[in-house]
Amino acid sequence: MTEHDITLTVNGTDHELTVEPRTLLVHALRDELGYTGTNVGCESSLCGACTVHLDDDAVKSCTVLAVQADGATIETVEGLAEDGEFHPVQSGFQEEHGLQCGYCTPGMMMAATDLLEENPDPSREEIREGLEGNLCRCTGYQNIVNAVENAADEMHAGAVADGGCPADAADGSGSCCGSDAGDVRWPEDGGESE
Amino acid sequence: MYPDEFDYYEATTIEEAIDLLEDNAMEETELLAGGHSLLPAMKTGLSSPDVLIDIGEVDALHGVAVDDETLEIGAMNRYSDVLGSEDAREHAPALTAAIERVGDRQVRNRGTIGGNLAHADPASDLPGAALVSDATLVVQGPDGERSIPADEFYYGMYATDLGPAEILTKIEVPSAADAVGTYAKKPSPSSGYAMVGVAALLTVDDGTVESARIGANGAMDHGVRLDPVEEALVGESLDEETIATAAGHATDELDTALMMDDLQASGEFRAQLLEVYTERALEAAVDRAAAPAAAD
Repeated sequence: MTEHDITLTVNGTDHELTVEPRTLLVHALRDELGYTGTNVGCESSLCGACTVHLDDDAVKSCTVLAVQADGATIETVEGLAEDGEFHPVQSGFQEEHGLQCGYCTPGMMMAATDLLEENPDPSREEIREGLEGNLCRCTGYQNIVNAVENAADEMHAGAVADGGCPADAADGSGSCCGSDAGDVRWPEDGGESE
Repeated sequence: MYPDEFDYYEATTIEEAIDLLEDNAMEETELLAGGHSLLPAMKTGLSSPDVLIDIGEVDALHGVAVDDETLEIGAMNRYSDVLGSEDAREHAPALTAAIERVGDRQVRNRGTIGGNLAHADPASDLPGAALVSDATLVVQGPDGERSIPADEFYYGMYATDLGPAEILTKIEVPSAADAVGTYAKKPSPSSGYAMVGVAALLTVDDGTVESARIGANGAMDHGVRLDPVEEALVGESLDEETIATAAGHATDELDTALMMDDLQASGEFRAQLLEVYTERALEAAVDRAAAPAAAD
């Protein structure tokens, strides 16, 4: 059995480390590099507690070998906040009490941020589907869905403040572009807003 | 939960991977793709290979392309890559419908279509869809390349026509852009794998079924076509009555004594589920068949 030298860029910092082939990414992150925000749950790719972003996609880090991630960019829950400011997903979990014991929370938040990057305005159903790979034993999920909705609204409001969304489409729903699939999201791109 | 020790090699080309398979022929060797079936098996001790050959980053095994009415999907495309391909959704609607139901978001970001098909887990979501899509599995080995139709690829549980030094390189699917494809699944409440899954690929003209291909996984030790259901559909109007009658034929040609039978579901229960989920796959096809017409 030969050890391997690998490079991981975690939350923007390059790390070089030597691992056995059987070292799982989650153990490399936690035990070798000290990123203990990522939790180890079921260890069988079911619970999602170990979710991190691997080259911008949410994956279960208990089911990835560290050697497979050689050269990859990893983002863990420690990388969500910027300059001491919570990421909107973190604020959402705080605002909506999206956690009780907190064990699943880092994985939930990493899955949620991945979902919101792909779908910035998900329905509650889409949030539930997006988080189907993450188990929570405390909350009953209701407040987690609320938290992700809250984060989506917050991120959307941020985009408006940055001029990224037409203010005249505001409908008071908290989601300025509307959340129905039939709504025209960007009226200036053609079509009419109903 | 650590796997047993093993040696790890990363192949950068198909040829290098085949050489590594041959060089390590005396060892227990496994190809590593996305690892989402293999690594859990290794962690629980069900599998303890001495050597892993990682083919996940081999460029020639990636990419989705359409060539002369045939969709080609590189074996190392992740599920999410296939779902992100407009070509795949257009030309292989049954396959993409099944892929949408694999695992969860994180699993689809990591697991590969080739790894899934080559692993031949009977409870996987793809064998039925591969059969109805008339997929061809292209493999490469020391003696060159060969193409295996999906209905000749599977021998049984975890057993395929793949030789010891052969690699599944791509999946070819004849375009079914004019068809509706669906997949209905009863997931295991614990693992999410298919206790029973049914894929349907139908062409419907003015409400009448012109062609029907129905396939199932989870029920038997490998994916199967449900010929009697297909026969009961073709030429009929795609309505509730036809669907109920056709679904009632789901187990006609299956040896129910050989149905998968485990703690989660008896063979008898699976036989019942097969009819119900055949019906659901066909009902979903009605919805999808109606959708494009409404948009015209």
